[in-house]
Amino acid sequence: MQGKPLADAETDAAAAALSDRPIAIQVNNLDFYYGKTHALHGITLGFPERSVTGMIGPSGCGKSTLLRVLNRMYDLYPGQRATGEVLFAGQNILGNGLDMNALRSRVGMVFQKPTPFPMSIYDNIAFGIRLHERVSRSEMDGRVEDALRRVALWTEVKDRLQASATALSGGQQQRLCIARTIAVRPEVILLDEPTSALDPVSTARIEELLDELKTEFTIAIVTHNMQQAARCADQVAFFYLGELVEVDSTARMFTAPRESRTQDYITGRFG
Amino acid sequence: MKAHVVSQSGARLPRSDFQAMRRRLTDKLATCMSWLAMLIVVSVLGSILWTLLKNGLPGLTLTLFTHSMGAPGAGGGLANAIVGSLLQTGLSILLGAPAGLLTGIFLAEYGAESKLARSVRFVSDMLLSAPSILIGLFIYMLLVEPFGHFSGFAGAAALAVMAMPIIVRTTEDMLRLVPVSMREAGIALGAPRWRVILFICVRAARGGIMTGVLLAIARVTGETAPLLFTSLGNSEWSLDMRRPMASLPVAIYQYAGSAYQDWMQQAWTGALVVTLGVLIINIVVRVGIRGGRT
Repeated sequence: MQGKPLADAETDAAAAALSDRPIAIQVNNLDFYYGKTHALHGITLGFPERSVTGMIGPSGCGKSTLLRVLNRMYDLYPGQRATGEVLFAGQNILGNGLDMNALRSRVGMVFQKPTPFPMSIYDNIAFGIRLHERVSRSEMDGRVEDALRRVALWTEVKDRLQASATALSGGQQQRLCIARTIAVRPEVILLDEPTSALDPVSTARIEELLDELKTEFTIAIVTHNMQQAARCADQVAFFYLGELVEVDSTARMFTAPRESRTQDYITGRFG
Repeated sequence: MKAHVVSQSGARLPRSDFQAMRRRLTDKLATCMSWLAMLIVVSVLGSILWTLLKNGLPGLTLTLFTHSMGAPGAGGGLANAIVGSLLQTGLSILLGAPAGLLTGIFLAEYGAESKLARSVRFVSDMLLSAPSILIGLFIYMLLVEPFGHFSGFAGAAALAVMAMPIIVRTTEDMLRLVPVSMREAGIALGAPRWRVILFICVRAARGGIMTGVLLAIARVTGETAPLLFTSLGNSEWSLDMRRPMASLPVAIYQYAGSAYQDWMQQAWTGALVVTLGVLIINIVVRVGIRGGRT
């Protein structure tokens, strides 16, 4: 049921292109526990390189949990544990002795609510770069500008780089957070409902941004918004009660899902 | 929908009118009581300030700041007490603030609900409400008795013990107000925990933490009891913290209990100086925080 080669790939060019791509992160048989609560059941899912994987499902279905496994964010909380295998760059990242900070510099994350740090716009971007690299002042200026340009924020803030980031609007703050994440030059970007706190215009800008970013990064996005998944994602995974019900190319998921539960959710019969 | 129909028929109108009136009355009553409570608090404060100004201002002369304490009628000032207070308060904050800050950070970020953290929190809260005279006695046993004499250092140590728990509590409370998402965002960039705490959490909470330090300064500046057994007081000009040292609260205590008109006048003026001093520190730091906020 999961990750099965597509039966009629030749009729769906997009799906074929997707299945040809190398896999950036491969999750195999992942189980996740919050204390005694069994939150994810045997998830097997591949994230194709330089494409957008949308994760949908009703609240509490485990999609955010899966996201937080991919950069081992759950490590912050005792009592949360994962079993199974998550292969990234030829390594099982669930193993012990992994350099967590190095992993998180390669697998970045953007949160539901914008989280600008209490410092200037410039320092928000520079903070992440300084963690992992020593760069000269002029190079840093270039990196900051580049990151801000790529999220289309540069023209809006170039005259006030030293101003507080918290003074930006919600949409600008979220783009700043994305800029901050890509400035570290990760390979994968995880987005946890990145637009649910934003207005429609800001949401549209972020969705456009995803289209550009996927030419360079592997993107996994959790969303409650079905239209958003349909618009942005190349492949969509539907989660229900901690299980991966179905994963397929976006076109196929929204037109001819194999599972009736997927069909019911997408058409709004529950969730 | 049903209520609408009923009120249209007019049958229940009187009742809903009565309800609305009762709600309006309750609202008015609550507002009045809040105002009353506020007036009582403000009038107490106002009355203290007014009495201080009325009795203290006449003695506010240059001599007060240029001359040390003198015998009754000799025309002395409070210069040594003012400097003594500054030195002892300053040193106490230098000692107490880093210790308090680090303890607060430990409690909020590392200890959380561990047994150690819970004990530390309990002890710190006990210290917060401990009678200040006891803290004076404690330091007396520790730093006065073994050395055989009172000293400015002992005074500063006693004040530091007073200041520390205030700073611990506010630092912990303020750090706990920093949203979890901010910490996670820092961690998600690959930042080690100490960097997230120091450069993101403490930064986010710095306004509140500074307020805690200010509160501590304000609190210890006016403390008399812990100094009676430690720095004792000194009528001579002295910057040597190894010797007994004058301070404004102790001088006020001494002068206010005396029978001499000019000493009593200086006690009032000294009290005014302490109050204004604390007020000025508050304003300056607050303006500073606002100016430097990014």
